[in-house]
Amino acid sequence: MSLEAMLEMTAGGVAKIQLKGKLDAGTADDFQKRIEEAAGHKAQRIVLLMEGLTFMASAGLRTLIFAKQKMGATVDIYVIGAQTQVIETLEMTGLNHSVVIRDIYDPAEIEKV
Amino acid sequence: MERIDAHPTHLFKGHKIRPGKPYPFGATLVPGGVNFSIFSHHADYCVLLLFEKGAPEPYAVIPFRGMFSKVGTNEPEWADFRIGKVFTMTILDLDHENIEYGYRMDGSSYPRARHGEPGIYRFDPSQILMDPYAKSIGGRDAWGVVPDKSDPYQHRSRIVFDDFDWEGDRPPELPIEDLVIYEAHVRGFTRHASSGIKSSMAGTFTGLREKIPYLKELGINCIELMPIFEFDEFEHSKYDEASGKWVKMNYWGYSTVGFFAPKAGFAATGRVGDGTMVADELKTMIKELHRNDIEVILDVVFNHTAEGNEYGPIISYCGIDNPTYYMLTPEGYYYNFSGTGNTLNCNNPIVRNMVLDALRFWVAEYHIDGFRFDLASILSRDPFGAPMANPPLLEALAFDPVLGKCKLIAEAWDAGGLYQVGSFPAYGRWAEWNGKSRDTYRRFLKGDCGMAGAMSQIIQGSPNLYRGRGATASINFITCHDGFTLYDTVSYNNKHNSANLEDNRDGANDNNSWNCGWEGETEDPAINALRRRQIKNAVSMLMVSQGVPMILQGDEVGCTKYGNNNTYCHDNELNWLDWTLVEKNYDLFRFFKHIIALRHAHPILRNGCHLRNQDWKGTGYADITWHGTQAWHADWNGNVIAFMLNGSYVKEGYDEDDFIYVAMNMHWDALPFDMPMLPPEYQWLLSVNTSMPSPEDIFPPGQERILDNQQSMLVGGRSVAILLGRKK
Repeated sequence: MSLEAMLEMTAGGVAKIQLKGKLDAGTADDFQKRIEEAAGHKAQRIVLLMEGLTFMASAGLRTLIFAKQKMGATVDIYVIGAQTQVIETLEMTGLNHSVVIRDIYDPAEIEKV
Repeated sequence: MERIDAHPTHLFKGHKIRPGKPYPFGATLVPGGVNFSIFSHHADYCVLLLFEKGAPEPYAVIPFRGMFSKVGTNEPEWADFRIGKVFTMTILDLDHENIEYGYRMDGSSYPRARHGEPGIYRFDPSQILMDPYAKSIGGRDAWGVVPDKSDPYQHRSRIVFDDFDWEGDRPPELPIEDLVIYEAHVRGFTRHASSGIKSSMAGTFTGLREKIPYLKELGINCIELMPIFEFDEFEHSKYDEASGKWVKMNYWGYSTVGFFAPKAGFAATGRVGDGTMVADELKTMIKELHRNDIEVILDVVFNHTAEGNEYGPIISYCGIDNPTYYMLTPEGYYYNFSGTGNTLNCNNPIVRNMVLDALRFWVAEYHIDGFRFDLASILSRDPFGAPMANPPLLEALAFDPVLGKCKLIAEAWDAGGLYQVGSFPAYGRWAEWNGKSRDTYRRFLKGDCGMAGAMSQIIQGSPNLYRGRGATASINFITCHDGFTLYDTVSYNNKHNSANLEDNRDGANDNNSWNCGWEGETEDPAINALRRRQIKNAVSMLMVSQGVPMILQGDEVGCTKYGNNNTYCHDNELNWLDWTLVEKNYDLFRFFKHIIALRHAHPILRNGCHLRNQDWKGTGYADITWHGTQAWHADWNGNVIAFMLNGSYVKEGYDEDDFIYVAMNMHWDALPFDMPMLPPEYQWLLSVNTSMPSPEDIFPPGQERILDNQQSMLVGGRSVAILLGRKK
């Protein structure tokens, strides 16, 4: 299954990217384009809605790192609803320390200025 | 602007190809494709096989010489993708994350040795060969998953990106004299159920990373990892039908499959089958260790490979170029200086470069801080096995620019009887595992008489062995993975290796151990108390010696292997650190922690150069002075020794420290020790007295106790006392 990556910008500057399918070397470019778009909109926060993401390969990790670097240290990245395997991948490679992992999207936390 | 080298010149069954670049060897990502390059001196036939990950059959078979099509015209054209003796081509538009590759080779003009028979050449075009430069190897992705031995391609070369985000990581570059090394096994460190690590991550690089706070608390600043290059845990494995268990595994991993690839089974991510993620996981661990000022030394095994002798599997090297990679007799038998079947031909220029390339790769790509070379004396042998006066590989390693700040540590002996402790060709760089220090510490510890003189050398960093090379040439240790644990050194007189199924014939017999009166486990409180004290004595001796101390994983909490001194084959509790011991033997852990802190707090214990036994600054005291129960009167024939270090001689006299006085009483009775008189403005403080129960056995730096009696001290039988002479 290929990757679906859709970007939605909120009025408050939160970039919500919905990811479905597999994030690997073949599909990481699509994800990266959404990140660049979000950067173009000067997003204050990146929210990755990952309920539908079944697999993340190293190329996916690399894109997350790219996102961190592209957006700068002040822009938090939220990983929402990721499946166990994806969370384990983040933990095993230490990226869980660089992103905020949450089960559900909580506007009160994420959209507050 | 688009690069011209991203365009193909040839087509082969739809694959877009360009002539490749011979360097670097291996598979390298280049714009638009992957460059493949492999050397063989004798092969005249080579094809590249491309597989989808895990697929039994290749989806592409591309020859390096043969009929191709010309891009643009599609006309048939003979092409030869070979420069010198290197087969090389660039293939464009590859999904490199999802492929594996291998080679088939043949040398039609050379006779081919049959399996099980001696011979110089082992070309076999029916075999699929792993790339010696593979940066990731598939086939053993998750530890302990039984492999399909009928698979024609067991160890599969993979391609790795090298764009890990190091976030500015730099190797700490700690001075070698400041190191306290902790020898550990990645799997054994956190595999035990008591480790508290999630089961999917227990026994992996991630598991180890999670335990960094423990290492930090212990105070070690260098971890030496037993082999982490890809190996096959099922090599020579044995399954017991009755119990339904694997009773023998290649657990320690001293049998390399590939020198450039981390062991996928040590990565929690390995089972995903993505070699890049394995690399990321390992790099993340190293980055985190560095953030905690802990260096990483790898135990590397360049003396042999996992291909064994003429009966062994053809994995890579012997099928690519047998006489280049291995030392062979004129009849084509393998020389066996490693004791494991074959010996890598390390001083062949091709192999020498491979070793250099591998080590440079680990330094540049993985930020590794140093290497410990297993059976390093083999690296000083010529292609016929004779020791060389000026071995080019050792010299090249010592002077290599990329390895310029690495620690290089030799296990200065081999299984062929070449014992070079003290005489290893060092070129001003190499340190050695000082096997003589191990034997001396142990014999003195168990109370052998006449060891005081030998101990005095060890305490000074073995100037008798390393004159001109400094104290840091000596890596001091009492235990390592080979042999008894420290607890077993004080609990067993004899090895108990029956679990290895070799009739107790394997493992060393000269353990210099003493069971304190009972062989093995006992409920006798007096014996157990003595054993604890002996453990504390041992680590005290180690930490007050000049040179570089190394401790074995688990010794700090009294780990036992129940008298087995050669647990290379056990993937079970014999090798897994039992974390409940941290609580159970907390007094030991506490002692280790504080005695390591003592070493860190006192630079006089860590001089890089040898002490001179002279007062060359005119301070009134020599840099080191020797004593017995009477000050200034050492008894070189007994089992007692005391010495005093003069803090004015730190770092060749450029720094100041306390005086340190150490009394080691390995006699069975308590003895009064007269301390040397200090200058009037100084007084004695008690830091360590192993005859006292915890927590009175050691006082952390800054909390030492002023002694009531400043002239003499009663030191218990089989005890060590450490005093600090500090200004009032």
